[in-house]
Amino acid sequence: MAELLQHLVNGLVLGGTYALLGIGLTLIFGLMNVVNFAHGEFYTLGAYATSAALGLAGAHFFVAVLAAIACGTALGALCEWALLRPLRAESIDTTMLVMIGVWIAMQNGELLIWGGVAKSIPHPFPTAPLVFGPVSIAPLRVFVLVLAAGLIVTAYLLIHTTRLGTAMRATFQDRDTAALMGVRIGRMHTATFAFGSGLAAAAGALLGPVFLAYPSMGDLASLKAFSVVILGGLGNLPGATLGGLLLGVAEEFGAGYVSSGYRDAVGFVIIIVVLLLRPAGLFAKSERIG
Amino acid sequence: MTLTIRDLAVSFGGVAALAGVSFDVHPGTITSVIGPNGAGKTTAFNAITGYLSPTRGRIEYDGGLLTGLRPSAVAARGIVRTFQRTSVFPALTVADNVMTGLHLRGAAGFLDVVLGRRRLAAEESRLSRDADGIIDFVGLGHRRAERASELPYGEQRLVELAVALGARPRLLLLDEPGAGMTTAEKATVTDLICRIRDQRTTVLLVEHDMRMVMSISDTVIVLNHGRVIAEGTPATIQTHPDVIRAYLGSVDGRV
Amino acid sequence: MSCGAPGTPGRPPSAHTGLAAPATTILLALTLPLWLESPYFLHVVIMAGIFGVLALSLNLLLGYTGQLSLGHAAFFGIGAYASALLTLRLEWSFWLALPGAVALAALAGWLIGRLALKLRGAYFVLVTISFAGVVALVSVNWMELTNGPLGLPGVPAPTLGPWSLRGKRAYYYLVFAAVLLAYLVCRRLVGSRIGRAFVALRENEALAESVGVNVTHYLVLAAVVSAAMAGLAGSLYAHYTRFVSPEVFLFSYTVTMVIMVVAGGKGTLAGPLVGALMFTVLPEALRAVVSWQWQMLAYGVLLVLLVVFLPRGVVPAITALRNRRAS
Repeated sequence: MAELLQHLVNGLVLGGTYALLGIGLTLIFGLMNVVNFAHGEFYTLGAYATSAALGLAGAHFFVAVLAAIACGTALGALCEWALLRPLRAESIDTTMLVMIGVWIAMQNGELLIWGGVAKSIPHPFPTAPLVFGPVSIAPLRVFVLVLAAGLIVTAYLLIHTTRLGTAMRATFQDRDTAALMGVRIGRMHTATFAFGSGLAAAAGALLGPVFLAYPSMGDLASLKAFSVVILGGLGNLPGATLGGLLLGVAEEFGAGYVSSGYRDAVGFVIIIVVLLLRPAGLFAKSERIG
Repeated sequence: MTLTIRDLAVSFGGVAALAGVSFDVHPGTITSVIGPNGAGKTTAFNAITGYLSPTRGRIEYDGGLLTGLRPSAVAARGIVRTFQRTSVFPALTVADNVMTGLHLRGAAGFLDVVLGRRRLAAEESRLSRDADGIIDFVGLGHRRAERASELPYGEQRLVELAVALGARPRLLLLDEPGAGMTTAEKATVTDLICRIRDQRTTVLLVEHDMRMVMSISDTVIVLNHGRVIAEGTPATIQTHPDVIRAYLGSVDGRV
Repeated sequence: MSCGAPGTPGRPPSAHTGLAAPATTILLALTLPLWLESPYFLHVVIMAGIFGVLALSLNLLLGYTGQLSLGHAAFFGIGAYASALLTLRLEWSFWLALPGAVALAALAGWLIGRLALKLRGAYFVLVTISFAGVVALVSVNWMELTNGPLGLPGVPAPTLGPWSLRGKRAYYYLVFAAVLLAYLVCRRLVGSRIGRAFVALRENEALAESVGVNVTHYLVLAAVVSAAMAGLAGSLYAHYTRFVSPEVFLFSYTVTMVIMVVAGGKGTLAGPLVGALMFTVLPEALRAVVSWQWQMLAYGVLLVLLVVFLPRGVVPAITALRNRRAS
């Protein structure tokens, strides 16, 4: 029982960050219909940017994390403005290939700048775990959980209570009407992509110190993000949150009770199983035919 | 070779697009289905050809049950449809569009193709000749090598018709063949439909253009709110009180 | 029939460009080991051939049915592992292990086809990636079968009677035969009603169904043939490098394949081969000057540029140029 609770807690910490990844991607994939295979690279960037901010600028840890998020947001905005906006009229396959290109370029760029050896990111928290009854948890992980929760709440508030958030939702529900109401469609697209990428960077900034940072860490992050989005439903924020937590817990349970070597397979299996059971494809679109 | 529809119903989340429709389409005739927008005409087409699963009802053709078959299987039974919005293979030439439509007229399987058996070449040239024949029939001979997406609207609809004819239909379902066409183009299409019927293909069409419908149809079926409200010859329908009532007040009551 | 416009099943190129070009190419290719003696260059050409088969296989899905598979490394790897294991553990002859590997890869392709039946676009891509991910994890974790990260060394070279095909020259002819076979299969498929069904799938599925094309059947067929060819490439790779490890599942192989097809020209037959040559020769030529990471970075940028500026790829661009000069 103690073991179960331990796995649950670990799973929630991991799941919180997966939720961030998922919320970001559900906005980009679900709302903007962009197949963002580079999502994981913003995650990687978040980790490396934190490391750079700590190392170069000697910044305080919390500031470094914020800087990393800002970095991810800015790069996301740039990406959308430079690449996606000119291609907005193109098919989804075209943008998919472009994002694959961005994926490759970013990953190898990171490889060139920081080298292929995994980096450990220093953090100011004590290493001695806090013990709550049968469960022990490192202070760093508590920080991760709290900050992830905070960011998730912030995301919700932004989307549902601010004018920006309302404008974003309007843009993707009914673009023409939103435009007629004075919403700057282009800016909303940029804002959404930037926001989603910022969340991914946040996830990376949080998990980077927990594990190690290495250039290909984004590959799995991308796929897990897709897994969360598919699980929770496209464009569905509560779904992404729940999906992220579920994935984190499932991975921890899988690693603990089945086999740790296959822990990453959980995300893959979710993708395959959910897509298999979902009536997508030719016949579900039939209502739109004719 | 009658198409028999019995109590066909299709519901989308509680809304009944078709609420129990029954009618027959007799071989060698031109039957038209008319009705105000939202009456369920295209839904009926989708259900007959397997694009939608009916909630209830039976569809039979030539003694065989059609309900539950996928569209390609329905086509293999000899029933081919066109679509309300222009539907071609955009990047392909007109010739390739029609060659693709001839899919059912070929029999080459994987092994035949890979091993390059001689009858494959014979089949390909036969199909090529058939394609040319159909292209000439619809009057697009001069457009054979042009990309379908680059043709003007009226000609794209002719390509659509040619592709459908390629599948050698015994029953051809045309979904608004005259939509968006000029008078001259509609005359061409009307003429083609008659010639298709003369070649012993049964035609079932959905149309809004009453002049076209009344001039060529043997039978007219009127749908409203997912039900059949009248069925008969054009003359009967034009004076039918229920039909007139259905169209009065509708946006395009062009009776 | 059309004149081989990109993306269309067209007449074979020889019909309107004459037989000169293909004949010269084949002659050059057949005599290559005679005039290209350096084992290093032969090695590059052999790798180009293996990747050529891979690119042709990916092109069948991406270029014709329009579905992108980012998990093709899985079929390549399954082919490599199957061939290695059949010759190492069961001591089969290479000539039996090769078809065995192809069959197993084809089975995997069938599985993907069935799994992804109703999925298109991004969802299809995701399923292929997930499948590849699971297979890669299995190859790392199932130690008893695959020897895990240590890999399988000592994969035997093929023998033909008394001769061993260990040498580069002999292996070159083996690979050349495979490339020719793959090319012929693709060409025959593409110019047939099956090829037309593939393209119909890409262009307008609903319309295809309406004229009797069972799109599910043809998608599965495309997946099976595509996977089988990738498995063929895998087997050739295993018996050439004589070592198989989970590295065959490295995403960089998939990336390279995609670049080869997109740059060479998807939906054409020569495109993937040209792309394979370009992206095997180019990295080798640049190796002295530029490190591998820079090249991969360039690949990423190149993919973006290609998609934006030259979406049809090199071969169609050259064809269009040639047509414009001719008129």
